Amino acid sequence: MSETTTKGIGEVENVSLYDVDNPAPVIEPPRKRTKKTPKATRGNFEMYGWLFMRLSGIVLVVLVLGHLLIQLVLDGGVSKIGFAFVAGRWASPFWQAWDLIMLWLAMLHGANGLRTIINDYAERDNTRFWLKMLLYTATVFTVLLGTLVIFTFDPNIR
Amino acid sequence: MATPVLDKAEAGATASPYITVTFRIRRFNPELSEDAVWEDFRIEIDPKERVLDGLHKIKWDLDGSLTFRRSCAHGICGSDAMRINGKNRLACKTLIKDINPEKPITVEPIKGLTVLKDLVVDMEPFFQAYRDVMPFLITSGNEPTRERLQSPEDRERFDDTTKCILCAACTSSCPVFWNDGQYFGPAAIVNAHRFIFDSRDEAGEQRLEILNDRDGVWRCRTTFNCTDACPRGIEVTKAIQEVKRALITRRF
Repeated sequence: MSETTTKGIGEVENVSLYDVDNPAPVIEPPRKRTKKTPKATRGNFEMYGWLFMRLSGIVLVVLVLGHLLIQLVLDGGVSKIGFAFVAGRWASPFWQAWDLIMLWLAMLHGANGLRTIINDYAERDNTRFWLKMLLYTATVFTVLLGTLVIFTFDPNIR
Repeated sequence: MATPVLDKAEAGATASPYITVTFRIRRFNPELSEDAVWEDFRIEIDPKERVLDGLHKIKWDLDGSLTFRRSCAHGICGSDAMRINGKNRLACKTLIKDINPEKPITVEPIKGLTVLKDLVVDMEPFFQAYRDVMPFLITSGNEPTRERLQSPEDRERFDDTTKCILCAACTSSCPVFWNDGQYFGPAAIVNAHRFIFDSRDEAGEQRLEILNDRDGVWRCRTTFNCTDACPRGIEVTKAIQEVKRALITRRF
């Protein structure tokens, strides 16, 4: 009732706020297409993104399952992992390359997937922009830090 | 041979074909309230009739204010797509007996578009996406004085997507479209496919460029909701995948 009086339309209880001349607001869908919707831009970014997801996915199945098998199952399992184990593995350029490729592919694959989800679900332009900025910052930071560690790893560190 | 006639008369006297069905309809009237509410109608109806017949019965006998679209009522005009028991279908192609009449039959407007009243939605964004893919024949040069001939194989290439009746059942079943109306949606892509793969058309490249955009085919998540929803049995997701493949093979 208080709402009725504040809006100053319904004087009596149970009288509808809305009538033929004053209809209720309809619920518009998010980001609906209009005549002013920007026309197509040239560029293949979305296509390359889509292709990258498929190709990196295939490679990641091998890399990640192999990684998990070596780290957690074979030769004593998880208990063998320690500083010495990692140092020993990274002495070989093969494992360095394996971990580097896995780091880059997994991070970019995950980041692109999250970018897709943000584009799909964040309705407001501002929210979408800042979520994506946060995502890109986190991705760049993790990728650079991981790369730095793999290349400058020193087994004799104190 | 009098027995069959007798049988028939007996059966007619004892068993009525009518059953009582509850229609649970999502009502919204902006001239009365800002809230959409569920309203139940119990009607006597032959289970071999369609959901549209039930809606007619309600509108004509019980509540004249019930609002929905329908034109031909025979699955061709595509006006009466609605969400029946949680699935997008044409009310005029859905038989009561096929959707478990023992339980209430829920009828809602299709999702992702503005509801104007009861089951009527604003189709303008849907048709805008349709217009944006240029769904018409584009050719260069002089117009021929006779028909533009085409081999049966060339016609077969896009036969599936010519069946679209623009009912919006596919587009309004797409979860990407629910959250972002900027996405072209399955129906627009199907109608672009119809011209992209037409051997007589010369603007396939332009249409592919339009669908290569941020809101084009790459937003498809292959959930197959559109293929399930299509009342014409078009393999919508397959058509979208064919456009994707055309885009990739065009580049490499």
